[in-house]
Amino acid sequence: MTTNVNIRLALDRVNMGLLAQNQANAPRLYTPGEVVTAQQGFMKGHGTYVEGDDIKASVAGVMEQVNKLVSIKPLKSRYVGEIGDVVVARITEVQQKRWKVDTNSRLDSILLLSSVNLPGGELRRRVAEDEQAMRKYLQEGDLISAEVQNIYDEGTLSLYTRSLKYGKLSQGLLVKVFPSLVKRRKTHFHNLPCGASIILGNNGFIWVSPSSRSDGEGGDGGFSQNLSEIIPRGDREVIARLRNCILALAHCKMMLYDTSIQYAYEESMKYEVHELLQQEAIFDVAFLTQHRLRLQEE
Amino acid sequence: MANVALSEAEKTFILHGVEEDFRCDGRSRRDYRPMELECEIVNNASGSARLRLANTDILVGVKCEIDTPTSLHPDQGKIEFFVDCSANATPEFEGRGGEELALELADTLTNAYESPSAFDLKSLCILPGQHCWKLYVDILILECGGNLFDAVSLASKAAIFNTRIPKVTAAVMDAGEAELLISDDPYNCTRIEIDNIPILVTVCKIGDCCVVDPSAEEEQCSTASLVVGVSKRNNKCYVSHTHTVGGGSLHKDTMYKCLNLGVTAGATLNDALEKALRLEESRVGNKRKETVGFLK
Repeated sequence: MTTNVNIRLALDRVNMGLLAQNQANAPRLYTPGEVVTAQQGFMKGHGTYVEGDDIKASVAGVMEQVNKLVSIKPLKSRYVGEIGDVVVARITEVQQKRWKVDTNSRLDSILLLSSVNLPGGELRRRVAEDEQAMRKYLQEGDLISAEVQNIYDEGTLSLYTRSLKYGKLSQGLLVKVFPSLVKRRKTHFHNLPCGASIILGNNGFIWVSPSSRSDGEGGDGGFSQNLSEIIPRGDREVIARLRNCILALAHCKMMLYDTSIQYAYEESMKYEVHELLQQEAIFDVAFLTQHRLRLQEE
Repeated sequence: MANVALSEAEKTFILHGVEEDFRCDGRSRRDYRPMELECEIVNNASGSARLRLANTDILVGVKCEIDTPTSLHPDQGKIEFFVDCSANATPEFEGRGGEELALELADTLTNAYESPSAFDLKSLCILPGQHCWKLYVDILILECGGNLFDAVSLASKAAIFNTRIPKVTAAVMDAGEAELLISDDPYNCTRIEIDNIPILVTVCKIGDCCVVDPSAEEEQCSTASLVVGVSKRNNKCYVSHTHTVGGGSLHKDTMYKCLNLGVTAGATLNDALEKALRLEESRVGNKRKETVGFLK
């Protein structure tokens, strides 16, 4: 067994921008201070400001236009929540009757005790005992999947997990990407045919875990974690490969959704899992994925 | 170190993966993540390098100045390490938050370089007892993605390799005090011998196994890690320093295992670094046209 070390030179850095060049409909990227529109009659939206008669971009990103409203959606940003979004989040603090949760947004989000399903699934008023046992359900560091229920005035998100598909996450791997790269879809829970399930959180947190065999529907509302279960090597390879593929797509600023991830996974099969950390492999996988996605569109 | 919170289940997943010799990103226990290196990235330093190891980003600049040697070692130059943890890396470093870690890194490097067979300070001497070069190695941590020790030491070694010390052309004796004339020509310079310069290898104990190059998440799962300073001499590797990180303790057998792993990994790492450095030099030549830098 030898140590694999790979030190490459910055001179040889693979230009991931080449991917965008061979894309016919690559979105135009605006930089801060750039004039978005000089015409009259437009309204400034998020990520823009007015100087003179022009509307200029205040962040780097792509333009979105809804009728007369012009806004710039930043490429890199914190998560801006919307009601109904699926998020993957981490508990940071246990407070009175609520948990503080990190959702990658600007402010901490909250999860009220009244918006979780109690173990056992019974529906009842939360009593003092439940309050005392809060840390037993969810403690600091725990990951959950949840949905945004409400947005308070100052921008704090209120989450809920009162559905069987949400709840505490067990063994698996968290991948962090920019929130803007996660494509909004009808469903964000996927059981991929390669043998792993992923939760694509709108907040840029992606949860990759082995396909649950028993609890396909979420099971018990999820407070149980089976820590003694050892994930077999095969599942691990799938998970690690998915992780590297997701990061490869994210590195090339490609949108993440079930199809793109599945394609990237299939295209990556010619590489060993650890080879997918190399820039050439990242570029190759992204390029082939892009190609396949385009073929599918046509 | 930058703390990432992990749930018990995630830790279990990482732990089992390490035991299986198949880590979360597909590496084995002895593999390093790919690194990217660029020398001479800061124009106004005598030598500089930037190393990126996955998400760990280190920028090192070396400045040389003329100083008087200490009376204890009149024939030796000086080297000083200074680590700055930028608050860009993690909000925890804001204010004085990164100070402790910075000191720990600087101390470990100082100790690893201390042995005369690891780093020869005599080569920095100009006039014994009167003048010597002092190297200021300034290390800036721009991003934390685990395994800071290794990245910092590799970047420092690269920056020292890149350092050009101007030649002293003449010394005028003036009332017993020597006055030095330094060459103005930027290409009239000496280099520092880097063959013996040590690198640090962090061996992280996770469960019952030892891994090299831990990611930030893996660092969270370990109670103790051993930083091994590995220095090469006559094509053999020696331990120049050890340092334990974390609250846990190590059994002597584990310690032995860690040292072994550290030295073998250090040897490969050293070779790879030197190969990369020489390759870059041969490609860039004496005159650098443009740097790649951070963008793109």
